[in-house]
Amino acid sequence: MDPTACPEITDALLDEHNLSREEYQRIVELIGRAPNWVELGVFSAMWSEHCSYKSSKPHLMTLPTQGPRVIQGPGENAGVVDIGDGQAVVFKIESHNHPSFIEPYQGAATGVGGILRDIFTMGARPIALLNSLRFGEITHPKTRYLLNGVVSGIAGYGNCIGVPTVGGEIYFDECYNGNILVNVFSLGLVKADRIFLGNASGVGNPVIYVGSKTGRDGIHGASMASAEFDDKTEEKRPTVQVGDPFTEKLLLEACLESMKEDWIVGVQDMGAAGLTSSAFEMADRAGLGLELNIDQVPMREDGMSAYEVMLSESQERMLFVVQAGREDEALTTFRKWDLSAEVIGRVVEGDRMVISHGGRTVLDLPVKAVVEGGLAVTRPTKRPANLDDNQKLDLTKIEIPDTGKTLKHLLATPTIAHKGFVWEQYDHMVRLNTLVLPGSDAAVLRVPGTQKALAISVDCNSRYGYLDAYTGGQIASAEACRNVVCSGAEPIGVSNCLNFGNPENPEIMWQFEQAVRGLGDWCRFMDIPVVSGNVSLYNETKGEAIFPTPTIAVVGLIENADRHCTQNFKREGDRIGLIGQSLEEIGGSEYLKLVSSEIKGKPPRLDQALEKNVQALCLDWIQNGHLASAHDCAEGGLAVALAECAMSGEEMLGAKIILQSTLRPDALWFGETQSRIVVTYSPDDEAQLIAEAKKANVPFEVIGTVGGNRLQFQLNGDSVMDEAVVALNRIWTSSLEEYANRVG
Amino acid sequence: MKCGVVVFPGSNCDHDCYHILKHIMGWDAKWVWHKDESLDGLDLLVLPGGFSYGDYLRAGSIACFSPIMKAVSGFAGRGGRVLGICNGFQVLTEAGLLPGALMRNRSQRFLCKFQSVRVETSATPFTADCAEGEVLSLPIAHADGNFYADADTIKQMEDQDQIVLRYCNASGEVTDADNPNGSAGSIAGVVNAGKNVMGLMPHPERAADPALPGSDGRKLFDSLLAFA
Repeated sequence: MDPTACPEITDALLDEHNLSREEYQRIVELIGRAPNWVELGVFSAMWSEHCSYKSSKPHLMTLPTQGPRVIQGPGENAGVVDIGDGQAVVFKIESHNHPSFIEPYQGAATGVGGILRDIFTMGARPIALLNSLRFGEITHPKTRYLLNGVVSGIAGYGNCIGVPTVGGEIYFDECYNGNILVNVFSLGLVKADRIFLGNASGVGNPVIYVGSKTGRDGIHGASMASAEFDDKTEEKRPTVQVGDPFTEKLLLEACLESMKEDWIVGVQDMGAAGLTSSAFEMADRAGLGLELNIDQVPMREDGMSAYEVMLSESQERMLFVVQAGREDEALTTFRKWDLSAEVIGRVVEGDRMVISHGGRTVLDLPVKAVVEGGLAVTRPTKRPANLDDNQKLDLTKIEIPDTGKTLKHLLATPTIAHKGFVWEQYDHMVRLNTLVLPGSDAAVLRVPGTQKALAISVDCNSRYGYLDAYTGGQIASAEACRNVVCSGAEPIGVSNCLNFGNPENPEIMWQFEQAVRGLGDWCRFMDIPVVSGNVSLYNETKGEAIFPTPTIAVVGLIENADRHCTQNFKREGDRIGLIGQSLEEIGGSEYLKLVSSEIKGKPPRLDQALEKNVQALCLDWIQNGHLASAHDCAEGGLAVALAECAMSGEEMLGAKIILQSTLRPDALWFGETQSRIVVTYSPDDEAQLIAEAKKANVPFEVIGTVGGNRLQFQLNGDSVMDEAVVALNRIWTSSLEEYANRVG
Repeated sequence: MKCGVVVFPGSNCDHDCYHILKHIMGWDAKWVWHKDESLDGLDLLVLPGGFSYGDYLRAGSIACFSPIMKAVSGFAGRGGRVLGICNGFQVLTEAGLLPGALMRNRSQRFLCKFQSVRVETSATPFTADCAEGEVLSLPIAHADGNFYADADTIKQMEDQDQIVLRYCNASGEVTDADNPNGSAGSIAGVVNAGKNVMGLMPHPERAADPALPGSDGRKLFDSLLAFA
């Protein structure tokens, strides 16, 4: 039987390939004939939402991507930003949602493997991993299994390869019951003049395959990630790839060793759509063709067809183009690390990808048609019909609860609960750069050999996005910046991972458009470039979409590593101040969910000008050594922020807080008004700080004093809470761990 | 002090150990590739942490067949000092250079955190600069650190003063609650009968650079210097 023969084109067959009739017609027009079986598979993968960004591209184009520090913006394996002294950071955040829901351990593990390859492909040594995870309600029967599976998958891969997992966030919400999110971030360090790109230039140069052998795993992974889930989702388990962190470690070391040499022309990892996407994209960037021979591809088993080899998503594989005549040096280096390495083809004149197998041509396509020929999609958008209803919130129905009891309940909610048992499963210290252990506002790593440090935060509150997608995007990016600022760093670059439902639904597309607009507005306002990212659509099961979740990763630079800052109270007698002003904002809060089981109202507003001033003031104070601690107010509001400051140090320290306010007390303590940072400082500095805040036109209020072992709140002259810090801490640190350890 | 850091495929604390030996201690450090066969001229050899050969079988069980291990055996036999950290400890037990074995943590999970350990003896080159009973706070990071040896072996080790570190609380009390992985006798580090080969699960190299949190790891390296 002819292995390239294509069965009759039916709707069912096109459906299996996630191609529309129109797209099929387009293929026939572009290549002037019907595609064969291998070619159909290649188009299916390359034109999938996952690879082509066909729905999202028009919106992504609106994001700011330029800046004086930007060395490489979106479009390559990862973004690159200059940090001075000839060094640069390479970073990106990426999703692995669909595979992780189907097979949590391997899905999450290969997510880590994939993002690491994106970083070291560019010549950078990865020095940090972070993750942003979303699970369903803890009462959902699958949540514990998914949580434990994902965490051990991330641990299994990251710990073995020896890149520290230094931070992240975990949220729980019903909207993720049928669609968890696993977003993984990595950052690497590189010399600014030793960056490698995915470019197959130089006619006659050999194409070298390096890494694991190709197997039948992961075939059509990219297409899977471009469709909704249904009752048959479990059957897709075989499309999830299996990770081998040991081989990736060898690949990492072999790549970095080879990149010290001068024979590499271009390199790209084989991620989604495997050999197909790396070969086509590298050729397209060079504007040249490739001739590849599949018989030379190292394979795990006999009898694999060209279709399978081209679409396999076996992990830990890279495609190199090296200088003609230097093949032997390349192969020797790779094989020193016991990796499979073979020359599988050459760069050729023209614009065609020609692939042979068993002595016959199995694919012959114009490169540009495949990479750039997909139909431009303008998805219609429509404001969600239920949005007005959702934004209505009648506060009069909510009785003001006891402050202490509410705080304890909030500390035990899975989203706010301490995540120590998670990060203790991650090696967060290997490579000796971790200056701040996990659990503060941002991860802080030193830049070896310099006085500098980097702060990294990932963030997104999707309830805000559900209630107002624009504000959701705006706050996710502003808060990630605020976290980085609280660590003493100036934000220098953004990577985004945009997780949404089915873009064919105009209401989802509206959410997407709004969220990207919010993200773009903040980044433009602050002049911070978006240099890399990833879009994950079709996050829905049986028509139930996740909340819009634009996860934002922000990287910040600290010029003087000694001046980094952490969130916990440090000294008895320090004064506590609140930068920013509390408003009556309860909509979309964790508190509202707790007391009413509802996600309603308008989310907190973001006043960009105020936020900018708040961040600038806080950063200035840290850089000048005024602050002993800084912590932003997020889920659970001021009360939770204060409790975290008290609990999270090695030595717990209490505080006495004295407030005067006309706000509803629950809004004051638990509302999630943005642009607020709790800081502590020596009483000697108080007069100066008050004067500076006034001059900067930033609200600043002295709210209490650090000391003792109790957390005491006083409001308008009345004591409203008096709790032992150690008792709060017991609640905060035990709830999620006990849940995860429970059997059944 | 001339020292070497072995690089097995899958070692991942090799750079960290090298950094501490070379840049913090200021010693003459070099890499030793797992296919090398000679350790001539070295005073100290470090087997670093990591996942040698992926540790897909038993931790350390493949690395102990690496070509370098013959040389390590000879080097140890001649009295050369060998320090196996984490995966290095696992490799040394698999190679029979240290007693006991390291099983999966009783929690079945990888565990990374600062952990108190008590120095049981200062009569080793690795703890000469510590006081007996001194409590050190050292990072641990492992999934397979649950030390096991049969009762006779442990008795013999105790008799010969071969147990160097035990997990404990901050006040130095050895309790089950402070045993992070289920190790027999809360054992965290041991030496061979000749006291020149030490294996430990904690990572002293992670608490030895003044720029980073923790400083107690430095005491093990200072001990080597004091002993020399």
